[in-house]
Amino acid sequence: MSGIFEYNGGSIVGMKGKNCIAMACDRRFGQQMSTITTNYQKVFKIQDNILLALSGLNSDIHTFYALMEKEINLYNLKENRKMKPTTFANLVASALYERRFGPFFVTPIVAGLENGKPILATYDSIGCKSDLDDFQVGGTGGNYIYGACEAFFKPDLSPEELEEVIGQSLVSGCDRDSLSGWGGVVYVLTEQKLTVKILKTKQT
Amino acid sequence: MQYLDNYLQSKGGYDYTNVKRNELMKAQGFKEMPFTKTGTTIVGVIFDGGVVMAADTRATAGSIVADKNCEKLHPLAPNIWAAGAGTAADLHHQCAHFNAKLKLQRLNLNRQSRVNEVITKLTTKLFPYRGHIGVALIIGGIDSNGPQLASVSPHGNYVYHPFQSMGSGSLAALGILEAKFQDGLTKQQAIDLAIEAIEAGIFHDMGSGSNVDVVAITKEGVDYRRNIRQYNAKSHQKQIPYQFPANNTPALRKFEFNFEKQELSEVGQEMEIVE
Repeated sequence: MSGIFEYNGGSIVGMKGKNCIAMACDRRFGQQMSTITTNYQKVFKIQDNILLALSGLNSDIHTFYALMEKEINLYNLKENRKMKPTTFANLVASALYERRFGPFFVTPIVAGLENGKPILATYDSIGCKSDLDDFQVGGTGGNYIYGACEAFFKPDLSPEELEEVIGQSLVSGCDRDSLSGWGGVVYVLTEQKLTVKILKTKQT
Repeated sequence: MQYLDNYLQSKGGYDYTNVKRNELMKAQGFKEMPFTKTGTTIVGVIFDGGVVMAADTRATAGSIVADKNCEKLHPLAPNIWAAGAGTAADLHHQCAHFNAKLKLQRLNLNRQSRVNEVITKLTTKLFPYRGHIGVALIIGGIDSNGPQLASVSPHGNYVYHPFQSMGSGSLAALGILEAKFQDGLTKQQAIDLAIEAIEAGIFHDMGSGSNVDVVAITKEGVDYRRNIRQYNAKSHQKQIPYQFPANNTPALRKFEFNFEKQELSEVGQEMEIVE
């Protein structure tokens, strides 16, 4: 019996580039030491210009994503306009803090583009928003990906370079974590295009 | 079940629906992930004509540094600031909540907010939660009663004193303050003393680190200096910057989705009214 956050495993990472943002996640869904599937989705498109990555307990990933999807759909219907990424980032923080004493076991990363400007925010499980750094990590392999990011990352990368950097950081980090891996998916978002790339990684 | 949803929605406050499930999981032996704490060294010093508050900028999650440059000085009113130690999420959301509450009160009463109002509101909120809302704050400001400085503990205890320090580095900072504080300091002397006290916390306490933020509040206004001192800037550049050629990482599949450029506006379009 390890931690609640280690039950399913998984890693996510987000990075800012020059007028673009990138998110990457692994594809493993496990139950402690067993692997159940290798195509679990952990990065969700909330709106054309907002991506939400979730890591932690998979049932809470699913529930929290459904909750955020509901919130943004209601917002679009009530306000008749698209939600800004900074607004969504604050919404995630409030939704997590609302459950301060019975938290969701997720550590989200929100990434988006607001009129060309990249927005990136990460949270602990009760809604402490941290949006100052140029890259954020989450999940069981997060600490290993931190090391790779610190080495590979440069500010103001183009979308093609950012795709490489985030892919390599994810793969290097997941190699060191037994609970993450079995494939990787990289999402690169620019003002008019979302590129999704499925990476081949070590099959262990 | 919809009526229940609406009822819960309108109540506001905290949502306890997950508590039972989480307690069951803990009973089965699962351990939670540590919340982001601020470790921290924060200090406040009263000087002749105002108040100075200073804080370090490190946020930790267990023993990992979660944020190398977080902000621990929060404005509660134009003349009152709070420095916070404890659970970072609680600090951020409680300070934002009080900021809004005080602003609403100022709009209703057309009066400047006072430090003792903040202390009363805070302590009456924290006490019923028996310390579970993990905020340890230093509140400083200048109002009609002059410059004031108080510290509030998570259980709802408060103390007024001309100099305060809180957080894991408070003992290191208190040493400096006890030795060097005097009545009748000037603004610059108070700022220097506060920075020295935070320095002691940064270098002697593992939970505090990175840079120093300072805010000085006087009748004339607020002087907020973010990162007034930076001790730990990166001192070397990578010798061989990594340069990946394009399409270096092999991909199994690749998809592209094109969409229109997002127009983000403050106000939605007018809806048509159908008679």
